[in-house]
Amino acid sequence: MNSKNCNKTTPDTHKKGSSSSLISADIAIIGGGVVGCAVARKMALEGASVVLIEKAPDILDGASKGNSAILHTGFDAPVDSLEQKCVQNGYDEYIKIHESLNLPLLKTSALVAAWSKEEEDRFPDIFKKGVNNGVKDLCLLSRKEILNLEPSLANHIRSAILVPKEYVIDPWSAPFAYLKQALENGGQALFNAEVTKGRFDGTNWYLNTKQGEVQAGYVINCAGLYGDILDKNVLGSTQFQIKPRKGQFVVFDKAARKLLSSIILPVPTERTKGIVLFPTIFGNIVVGPTAEEQESRSNASVDKKTLTLLVEQAIEKLPALAKMPITATYAGIRPATEKKHYRVIHNHDKNWITLGGIRSTGLTGALGLACHVHDLLLQQGSDFKKLETPVTTTVPNLAEHLPRDWAREGYEEIICHCEMVTKREITAAMKGCLPAGSIDGLKRRTRATMGRCQGFYCSARLAELTKEKFTNTIGVGELDD
Amino acid sequence: MINPLKYDNCDVAIIGSGPAGLAAAIALKKQGVNRVLVLERESEAGGIPRHCGHPPFGVLEHARVMTGPSYAKKNIRTAQNAGVDMALKTSVTALGVKGELSIASPLGTGTIQAKRVLIATGVRETPRSARLISGSRLLGISTTGALQSMVYLKNLIPFRNPVVVGTEIVSFSALFTCKKAGIHPVAMLEEKPKPSIMQPLQKAAHLFGVPLFLNTQIINIIGKDRVEAVKVADIEGNIRKIDCDGVLFTGLFTPESSLVSMSHLKLDHNTKSPVIDEFNRCSDLAYYAAGNLLQPLNIAGNCWRQGRKTASFIAKDLKENAHVNLGK
Ligand SMILES: Cc1cc2nc3c(=O)[nH]c(=O)nc-3n(C[C@H](O)[C@H](O)[C@H](O)COP(=O)(O)OP(=O)(O)OC[C@H]3O[C@@H](n4cnc5c(N)ncnc54)[C@H](O)[C@@H]3O)c2cc1C
Ligand SMILES: Cc1cc2nc3c(=O)[nH]c(=O)nc-3n(C[C@H](O)[C@H](O)[C@H](O)COP(=O)(O)OP(=O)(O)OC[C@H]3O[C@@H](n4cnc5c(N)ncnc54)[C@H](O)[C@@H]3O)c2cc1C
Repeated sequence: MNSKNCNKTTPDTHKKGSSSSLISADIAIIGGGVVGCAVARKMALEGASVVLIEKAPDILDGASKGNSAILHTGFDAPVDSLEQKCVQNGYDEYIKIHESLNLPLLKTSALVAAWSKEEEDRFPDIFKKGVNNGVKDLCLLSRKEILNLEPSLANHIRSAILVPKEYVIDPWSAPFAYLKQALENGGQALFNAEVTKGRFDGTNWYLNTKQGEVQAGYVINCAGLYGDILDKNVLGSTQFQIKPRKGQFVVFDKAARKLLSSIILPVPTERTKGIVLFPTIFGNIVVGPTAEEQESRSNASVDKKTLTLLVEQAIEKLPALAKMPITATYAGIRPATEKKHYRVIHNHDKNWITLGGIRSTGLTGALGLACHVHDLLLQQGSDFKKLETPVTTTVPNLAEHLPRDWAREGYEEIICHCEMVTKREITAAMKGCLPAGSIDGLKRRTRATMGRCQGFYCSARLAELTKEKFTNTIGVGELDD
Repeated sequence: MINPLKYDNCDVAIIGSGPAGLAAAIALKKQGVNRVLVLERESEAGGIPRHCGHPPFGVLEHARVMTGPSYAKKNIRTAQNAGVDMALKTSVTALGVKGELSIASPLGTGTIQAKRVLIATGVRETPRSARLISGSRLLGISTTGALQSMVYLKNLIPFRNPVVVGTEIVSFSALFTCKKAGIHPVAMLEEKPKPSIMQPLQKAAHLFGVPLFLNTQIINIIGKDRVEAVKVADIEGNIRKIDCDGVLFTGLFTPESSLVSMSHLKLDHNTKSPVIDEFNRCSDLAYYAAGNLLQPLNIAGNCWRQGRKTASFIAKDLKENAHVNLGK
């Protein structure tokens, strides 16, 4: 089966069900971040009719836009917490499904690196936590062993804990694949459709969106950075408050990739996981993220002072980075709350589940959270019939270590030379059941303009190819306007 | 179209069809080198001048004042007449030892073995991110090269009222492009106390009515989807907000040396150009370099001359060392 099966709903495609509703479904998922996409996939495969409602023109407009892309084992998660369970289940599920979805996995492993005696002193706790979390393969490495593995690390490193199964994934293709699979199995998606209000009649929800009304038996709030606001506006009250916490990153040139093969984690402190040095699936080395409390839920801006500090810290740990050019900078905003843990709240009476405060492990935890939602709905007595032969979805590979589209002939031309993005890839990303809804969405699907030159060579050609495709385009007009 | 994957017995492969690459190719043919293949990743040859729709090009090499595109056309014609082979839409993806090049083209991927290789991949401007500029990631942030390709090749404009950053020669060229495209820059910013090029720039800025702010840098780029304003600070710390719909970063050229930095060839980490000897030869003796890759940013005429000169070194090298097989 193919795109015939796939429902990207535009406002004028009315569906039967309720006379006044634009769409009706068993489950409405509000928010197209990684969590919403994972829930949509799971519930579609479990046989529910689902609709994902997103306020932006494309998925991944919030917290899921910029993260470290680490697939966490959960070795340092709070013991016995829901987060730990979801991270572990999410991890296992990703390992299980990634090949069938054509999602990449970079088996980097991680080193929790101690650069001081004080940090080393925390190692026993980390080991203990790891064991309690069922991550039993942690092992201690001496300075010599570390430098054997990672010869470019600064030699004032003292020792490290090796986390063999901590890996790196593609942060955008994964949620894209999840939602695509939901759509190819009968799910629907609505974009530019902010949910502003709603009412529950004891059986069904009627959600007001900017595109019209959606009727659903259950609602899953996956609104990330706006989870509390959504609860307040639609459910009537909220049990938590989002405290946005920004993380800035600096991306080094691909020439730096040869300097590092593992993820270098700091010894975690109470407040944050700290600054990480890691390879990306796209072949760069990144340093970040910072942890900065801020008011704004949407302002993912960077600042020179912080970026400069990040670069200095990176060079301190990996001195040869001093010679490496910087490719990009970015920031992501964590949907933190006033408490540390996931804020998953099941409102039985109102058929409403909130997946709130999925702060810093949601890329990994999403698939686990999706299973958790399924469990909660089962407890509530839902009985969906699992699809017997679900459509298998695949997404294009963007990982540097696996064959990319340009390696296959007939691609017409390379549009973005730095990231070797072909015209065939760009064209495909603007079609199909989950086409790019914005330039950013197109970049996340293809990597166009994300490389060294940041558009010096390719933005003209890209502007031409995307002309009139999106509300906000690269070009603002023609010459003779 | 030449299929680069079926091109045997290549004497010299030239990466890049800008002024340096084409000048070298023409000179090599004139000096009797048999199989000269230019590899160009774009669908048209000519390099940067292709999208510089303004003069002056060609003064040194053709004794004429030309615009970039007509200059590029002339160079291509001359190369074709000289018997240079050109493979377009052909990206060199890796430099192997002793002249073995990995390439990708819509016809497929593979390798070419050349006796000698000339790297003439040019330069690009430093984008916003590598300058660690504060603010959001928005539409409307561009470089001169990107602006000129949009305007001259695609008839599109990325903004109407940008702030221009930088005061190099190319910034001057950026002002002209804006003028031609009906774009009205609202300010020109220079971090230093003086413009990088004094006379013409101040005059041009004045002429086009663009206020020039010295000792001033961007401290924030603000907007939702597209740039809406920038905040700038001067040396005394005075902050002002300038409404605009774009930011044009000009200059701070850096060699397009990614092939070199990913390869076994030695790179000068300060200049980001390949390390060369007095014959423009790289650390692997099968490789040479020329053009802007070696000295950002020079005018096209000088790149042309350097390409030609390097071609003589290569021709001589091939003649004298024909028996020495550098390749496999
Ligand atoms: C700096 C940083 C580093 C991180 N590193 C990692 C890592 O290495 N590994 C890992 O596993 N996790 C990591 N994370 C965590 C992960 O990115 C988050 O947990 C995850 O993105 C949260 O996703 P979400 O779907 O809950 O929220 P979001 O991505 O914010 O999605 C919510 C969506 O809901 C939409 N929305 C909001 N309100 C409405 C409404 N009223 N109507 C319709 N739509 C609405 C928004 O537009 C948005 O698209 C990191 C996060 C950050 C910020
Ligand atoms: C905005 C701007 C305005 C200018 N105005 C003037 C002017 O008015 N007068 C003047 O004399 N000079 C001007 N110049 C300078 C002039 O354009 C350059 O000096 C000249 O183009 C440099 O020639 P080159 O051959 O070194 O490189 P380029 O012209 O940059 O050519 C390099 C070529 O290599 C190709 N290439 C790169 N990597 C690969 C790869 N991996 N595989 C295959 N092909 C590859 C590129 O596609 C490109 O075609 C200007 C430059 C700019 C940027």
